[in-house]
Amino acid sequence: MIEETRLIELIGISKDFDGTKALSDINLYIRKREFVTLLGPSGCGKTTMLRIIGGFEYPTEGTLLFEGKDIASVPPYKRRVNTVFQKYALFPHLNVYDNIAFGLKLKKMSRGEIEKRVGRMLNLVKMTGFEKRSVDSLSGGQQQRIAIARALVNEPEVLLLDEPLGALDLKLRKEMQLELKSMQQELGITFMFVTHDQEEALTMSDTIVVMNEGRIQQVGDPKRIYDEPKNAFVADFIGESNILRGLMLEDELVSMCGEKFPCVDSGFGINQPVDVVVRPEDIMVVGEDVGMLTGEVKSVLFKGVHYEMIISAGGFNWKVHSTTMQPAGSTVGLSIVPFNMHIMRRQPPKEAAS
Amino acid sequence: MKRSAFAGPYVAWMAMFTVAPLLFVVYFAFKGDSGFTLANIQKFLAPTYLNVLWRSLYLAVYCTAICLLIGYPAAYFLAGKDFSKNQALFVLILIPMWMNFLLRTYAMMSLLEDSGIINQLLKAMGLQPLAMIGTEGAVLTGMVYNFVPFMILPIYTSLKKMDERIIEAAEDLGADPYNVFRRVVLPLSVPGVVSGITMVFMPAVTTFAISRLLGSGNFWLFGDIIERQFLEANDWGFGSALSLVMMMLIIASIGLLNRIDPKKEGSGAW
Repeated sequence: MIEETRLIELIGISKDFDGTKALSDINLYIRKREFVTLLGPSGCGKTTMLRIIGGFEYPTEGTLLFEGKDIASVPPYKRRVNTVFQKYALFPHLNVYDNIAFGLKLKKMSRGEIEKRVGRMLNLVKMTGFEKRSVDSLSGGQQQRIAIARALVNEPEVLLLDEPLGALDLKLRKEMQLELKSMQQELGITFMFVTHDQEEALTMSDTIVVMNEGRIQQVGDPKRIYDEPKNAFVADFIGESNILRGLMLEDELVSMCGEKFPCVDSGFGINQPVDVVVRPEDIMVVGEDVGMLTGEVKSVLFKGVHYEMIISAGGFNWKVHSTTMQPAGSTVGLSIVPFNMHIMRRQPPKEAAS
Repeated sequence: MKRSAFAGPYVAWMAMFTVAPLLFVVYFAFKGDSGFTLANIQKFLAPTYLNVLWRSLYLAVYCTAICLLIGYPAAYFLAGKDFSKNQALFVLILIPMWMNFLLRTYAMMSLLEDSGIINQLLKAMGLQPLAMIGTEGAVLTGMVYNFVPFMILPIYTSLKKMDERIIEAAEDLGADPYNVFRRVVLPLSVPGVVSGITMVFMPAVTTFAISRLLGSGNFWLFGDIIERQFLEANDWGFGSALSLVMMMLIIASIGLLNRIDPKKEGSGAW
């Protein structure tokens, strides 16, 4: 599906707002038909990046290429990119039909052709029959669909989506995630999606770009981001994790909590300080005497599919997910297979923050 | 205590100084020497008075049109991003509004008089003085000067509260600056324009002191003849009839304006 052609390329892009750095040295390329998600906490620069691509912000430094041509100074109305805005930004003075037809009318398309395309879009977003309705009379989810239709009807090369599902309730949100993904596959358009919801990112994307404090932390497909977080920030932000300070004694051997653990990582050198990440579902609760660590269950929470236990062992409170429950107060053993220990070089303090 | 009771003082005030006088106006307008009469209304239909009404109307229309032509661009500029850091011009536009309109009109007189500031400047430059005071142009200038802030403010408000994202959405969908203005900004500012027109046209059509001071008494406007009936001719019946005509005129024009903007937003301008 994804073609190797680089559709958009950001080279050394930085953006300052009155002396505050919103983006620093962003290098990234987006391939044709790719579903790319910019993921990060609020204020991490993900929306700024989208706005630079949309043409609403001008980068302070760096080059923005579209099909190999520098477009940093091309105004938004000349870019083959359309945006679904965070709060939809539908035109309040136009009805549903005229909102969607807005871009086509500007292209001086014939009336019949416009009707055909708007009809097709309404069908795609399942809003047929709403043509004459005023946009104020629509629910949040419906407005969302119209905003998507209004952008997609122009057949952009890239569709930019700025937290488009943020205002929807959970159920609707899940539905729209699947619908957006299938629309993207059906239309073969490159999607660039901004969210702070890691689950949403994991569900929908071909590629996730994790961002923090204006810098890219990691780029990769969802599985890779989840299984092999590059630093403590990514590990903490994507899914739940136990992050411990450790010492890499030698290749494939790390020490933490006063014990030595075999792992599969190498190339860190001898006696190097590292961060160790273990996912809660990767910790096995075993008999007291067979575990690598022994600890006491502090609390148990029922989470639906699994139990979440906080187990204090080796001076650390481990978050453990398991389908079987050990009562609070009981003593248990913990075991981790080498493959599930993720070792990361300790970040300089600033970037390892939060 | 019921919340509506708080409106009591206002209701009493309105009853005493608006509703009661209105009833008196109706009473005097139709009261003849022996009961009901239409004589006062018929008197108004004489060409002299119709001409005055006509002059009042077209001066008000001109004044409103000029205020719109000056006011919209000014409001657009003031509401723009470039301007947000500098409030000086905004204050300059507001200053005249803080002064009594008679003072403003006297100031205008001293500019336009035959031996006024403009003519003295012209003379100093060796040019022919202009006869400005006492012309329709002078009256119109005075009206525009007095009323233009009332056009700027509502338009400014409607432009200022416009969501920046909506403008970005239009650009995003391929609208160049001209089309952003024509298809989004202008239609969305229609409510501001309508209320600006209302706020200028109403006082313009009923104005009287400006015509007296700047028209040197050469022009009678509708407001002037109403005033005259009460203060000089002492014909309260005719004065009341003229006031009624004026009121009908205002109600009719409000109705007309509301049809331009029935939903109180800029629909139908596409």
